[in-house]
Amino acid sequence: MSTALVTPAVPAPDKLTKKALTADHPTWCPGCGDFAVLNIFYRVLEKLQYPHENIVCVAGIGCSSRFPYFMNTHGIHFIHGRALPLATGISLSRPDVHVFVFGGDGDGFSIGGNHLNHAARKNIKLTYVIMDNFVYGLTKKQTSPTSPIGFKSKTDPTGSIDRPINPMRQLLASGATFIARTHAAQVKHMEAMFERAILHDGFSVVECLSECVMFFAGAFDDSTPRKGGTFDTIDETQHDVTDDQAAYKMAENLAPGKFGVYYQVNRPTKNALEQKWIDDTQSKLVGVSQKEILKKRFEAMR
Amino acid sequence: MSSATAPSSSSPTSLRNAVIRLAGNSQDGIQSIGGFLARLAGRTAQEVMTYMTIPSTISGGPSIFQVHLGSGEVLHEGDEADVLVVFYKHSYENHIAALRDGGICFYDTADMGPEDIKHERGITHIGVPFTSATVEAVGGSTRDRGKNMFVLGMVCAVFNLDKEKLVGIVSRQFGKKDESVLRNALLAFDAGFAYQVGDVEKFAFVPGEATTGHRISTDGNQMLTLGLIAAGVRYGSAYPITPWSSIMESLRVELPKYGGLYVQAEDELAAVSMTIGAAFAGHLAITGSAGPGLSLKMEALGYASMAEIPLIVVNVQRGGPSTGLPTSVEQSDLMQAIYGSHGDSPRIVLAPKDVEDCFYIALEAGKLAKKYSCPVIILSDQALSSRIEAFEEPDLDKHWVEPTLDISTRPEGFKPYPLDSITQHAPPGSKMAGGKYPVSTGLEHDEMGHPSGSPKMHTLMTAKRRNKLVQLAKELPLPEIHGDQTGDVLVIGWGSTYGPIKESVDRLRLEGHKAGALHLRHLHPMPDGLDGLFKKFKHVVCVEMNDSGLYGYGQLAMLLRASLADPRIQSVCKTDGLAFRIREIVTGVEKIMSAQA
Repeated sequence: MSTALVTPAVPAPDKLTKKALTADHPTWCPGCGDFAVLNIFYRVLEKLQYPHENIVCVAGIGCSSRFPYFMNTHGIHFIHGRALPLATGISLSRPDVHVFVFGGDGDGFSIGGNHLNHAARKNIKLTYVIMDNFVYGLTKKQTSPTSPIGFKSKTDPTGSIDRPINPMRQLLASGATFIARTHAAQVKHMEAMFERAILHDGFSVVECLSECVMFFAGAFDDSTPRKGGTFDTIDETQHDVTDDQAAYKMAENLAPGKFGVYYQVNRPTKNALEQKWIDDTQSKLVGVSQKEILKKRFEAMR
Repeated sequence: MSSATAPSSSSPTSLRNAVIRLAGNSQDGIQSIGGFLARLAGRTAQEVMTYMTIPSTISGGPSIFQVHLGSGEVLHEGDEADVLVVFYKHSYENHIAALRDGGICFYDTADMGPEDIKHERGITHIGVPFTSATVEAVGGSTRDRGKNMFVLGMVCAVFNLDKEKLVGIVSRQFGKKDESVLRNALLAFDAGFAYQVGDVEKFAFVPGEATTGHRISTDGNQMLTLGLIAAGVRYGSAYPITPWSSIMESLRVELPKYGGLYVQAEDELAAVSMTIGAAFAGHLAITGSAGPGLSLKMEALGYASMAEIPLIVVNVQRGGPSTGLPTSVEQSDLMQAIYGSHGDSPRIVLAPKDVEDCFYIALEAGKLAKKYSCPVIILSDQALSSRIEAFEEPDLDKHWVEPTLDISTRPEGFKPYPLDSITQHAPPGSKMAGGKYPVSTGLEHDEMGHPSGSPKMHTLMTAKRRNKLVQLAKELPLPEIHGDQTGDVLVIGWGSTYGPIKESVDRLRLEGHKAGALHLRHLHPMPDGLDGLFKKFKHVVCVEMNDSGLYGYGQLAMLLRASLADPRIQSVCKTDGLAFRIREIVTGVEKIMSAQA
C-alpha cells in the first residue's frame, strides 16, 4: 500500500491488443466453455487499455485455473484454493496493479471456500471470475460443491446426495460488494458483466456458468436457448441492485435462474481503509526518516 | 550470589550475580516486576536474563518470573534461585525446591504462616505482609492491587538497587495511565522499600563493566520484529498463535509508520498465501507462527520453493506435537522446518542464539531471501520469545536496509527461471522489453516458466533449486568454537540453548576437561567444513530440547550423523518443556564421555 515504494506508471503505454495479450494456446478440451471466457476477457482488456505491465492474472488449481498461462500478462499459478488470499497480498501491497483472479467451483467454493467469505467481507479490491461447471474436470469427474443432487460422478456413482451450495446467496451473506452471474455461451452478456465487475471499486465476483463438455455435458442446456433453454436476464429497472433482500429472494432457484447483476453497493475497500490508517500514522511522523523512526524506538528501550 | 547468608550485618554483601524468582498468580503483576528489574539492569551496565512462564489460561493460573541479574556476562536464567518471593502458600509449595540451599524466601503472611514453613536446607524464611502493608499504604479498596509494587520496593532495598532509576522506569510505565495509578504504584513501592524486613542480609551488586554505546533490554519477539523492519520487511500476514502473536501485533502497529502493512488473515493458509502474494508483488514479506501453524503453511512453502519466491517465515517453537505445551519451550520443529512440506523443497533455516541475535538473524534472513529467492525459516522458541535480556543497542547506521521494489524494464530474453543463475523475478509493474510476460508457477517448468513434464527438466530444475543452498553452504563462515579448540569434548547446540551450553562448557573446563562449545545459527544449509572441527575433539555431543527418538539421537544430531557419517556424535536431549539447567548439560556430557571412554 505504500505509495512511497511505487514508482509512477511509465508514460505512453503501448496499445493493448488481443495479440499482445495472447500467450500459450489453451490446453482445454475442444468445446470447453472456458475458451469463450478467455476471449471475452481479452476483449474487455482491449477496451479498458490498462498499462500492460500493471495487469496481474492469478489462479489456483483446476482446468480454468490454467488461465494465467494463456494470458500474456504478469501471472501467478498458485496452489489449490488459495488464489484469493494470494491475490489479497498483491492487491493490498500494490495499489498500482489490477488484480484478476480466475478459478473454478472446486477451487472457489470447496477447498478455498473460507477465503471467499473473508475476501468478500473485507472487500478486497480485485475481480474474481468463477468458471462454474458443476464438476471436477481436471481430476476427471468427481462431485463438486455445485453439482446438483442426483449427478452421477466417480465419487457418487449412484448420484450426488449432498445439497449444492447457492453461490449467489453465499456471496450475498459473505458481504461481496459486486455479485453477478453470467453464462459462457452468452458472450455479449459476459462482456458486460466482466466490464462492470472490473470497474467496480471493491470485491467483485462473477459466477460464469461454463460447460465441461467432457464430464458434465448439457449441464447448462436449461439456460442455453439453442438447446431449448431460457436465458433469463435481470431487468435492472425492476430489480434494485443495492437491495440485498431482493437479491436473496431472486437467488432462490438457480436452475436455471436469472443472469445479471444481483447486487452492487459501494462500501470502503480494505485497501482504502488500510491506506487511511497508514496515512494517519505517517502524518504524525512527517519529516522523520524511516531509519530515525526505528532509532527512536530503540532509544525508548534504553 | 555469595554463599554466606549469615543474618544481619550493617554493610551489604557485595555480589556479582543473583537469581530472584517471584511466584504468584497471573493477575498479581509478577511479570511487570520482572520487566522493571530487567529494564533497570539494562540501564545500570548489568547483564540480565529472565525467565517467565505465563499460564495457558487467560488469567488466574499460577505465574512465575525469574530474573538473573549479574555484573558480568549472564548466560542463562539460573539453575536455582538465591531469593524466592512467594505470594501464596501454593506458590511456596511449588517453588521452594527451586531455592538453593541457604537461600532466602520472602512470603506473604496473608496466605501462610510460620506453621506452613519447611525448615530445611538452611533456608531463611521471612514473613512479610505484602497484602496488608500494601492496603495500608495505598488505602481504600485497592485490596490486591499494588502488592507487586510493594515487593519491587522491598527487592530494591534488599539488593541496594538504584532506587532513583527504578522509580524513573516505573513512572514512565505508569505515567501513560491515570495519575492515580502512578501515585498508588509509588506509594506501594515506597512502603515496600521502607519495610524493615528484619534480620536479613543486604546485598549490593559490584558495578558492571562500563560499556561503550547504549544498552537496551527487551525480549526476543520484540527484537525479531525490529530486526525484520531494519531488514526492509514492510508487508506480510499472519494468524494468531502463542507464542508468535506478539510479533504480528507489533508488526501490525509498527509497519504503517514505515508505509507498510501487516494484516491478520482468516487462517494460517491464507496468512502464508497473502505473504507470498506480497512477495510475488516484489516486496520483502514475512509470515510466522508456532509449530502447528507452520504445519498448516507447509503446502504453500512447497510452492515458494518451487516458484522460487523470496519469503521469511518465523516459527516460534513451543512444546508439541499438536496443541502440546503452548507456553513451554521445545526445539522439536527442526526437521519440520527443513523437511516439512511435500517433494524436494529446499529452503534456508536459521536460528537465533539469544535475544540480541534475534535482530541480526532477521537481518540475515532478509538478505538471504532476496539473494537466493527462496523461503527462509527463522526458528525461534518460546524461551527466546518472552525472556528479557540486556545488550548493546544495534547500530542502525550500519545495519539499516532500505526497502526496494524493482519494477525496472526487463530486457528482451528475460528468463524467470534461468538454469545458469539464481532466479530474480520481475514483479508486476515491470515492463518486459521482449513483450513476453512471466508467470510464477508451482508446476514444474522450463526456464521461461512454461509448464514442463520433461524428466530432464525436472532433474535440472530440482538441481537448480538445491544448488542455491549448496552455494550458500560454501559461503557461510564456520562458527567459532568457544573454549578449547581441540580436546576432549565438543558440545554442539542451536537456538536458545546457546547461553546454557556456553556456561556448561566453562564449568566442564573448570572441572578439568578440555571442552569447546559450537553453536549453529545456520541449520540448513550448515556451513561446509564442520567435520574438520569435529575431528579435533574426542567426543562430540549435541544438546537439544527435543526427543532422542527411536534411534537415540535428537533432530540436529540425526542431521549431523546423516550428513557427516561421524558415529561419535551423541545426544543430550530433554522434553520437559523447560530450558536446560547447567547441571543437566554438564551431567549429560560427562555421562557420554565416561561411557565412550
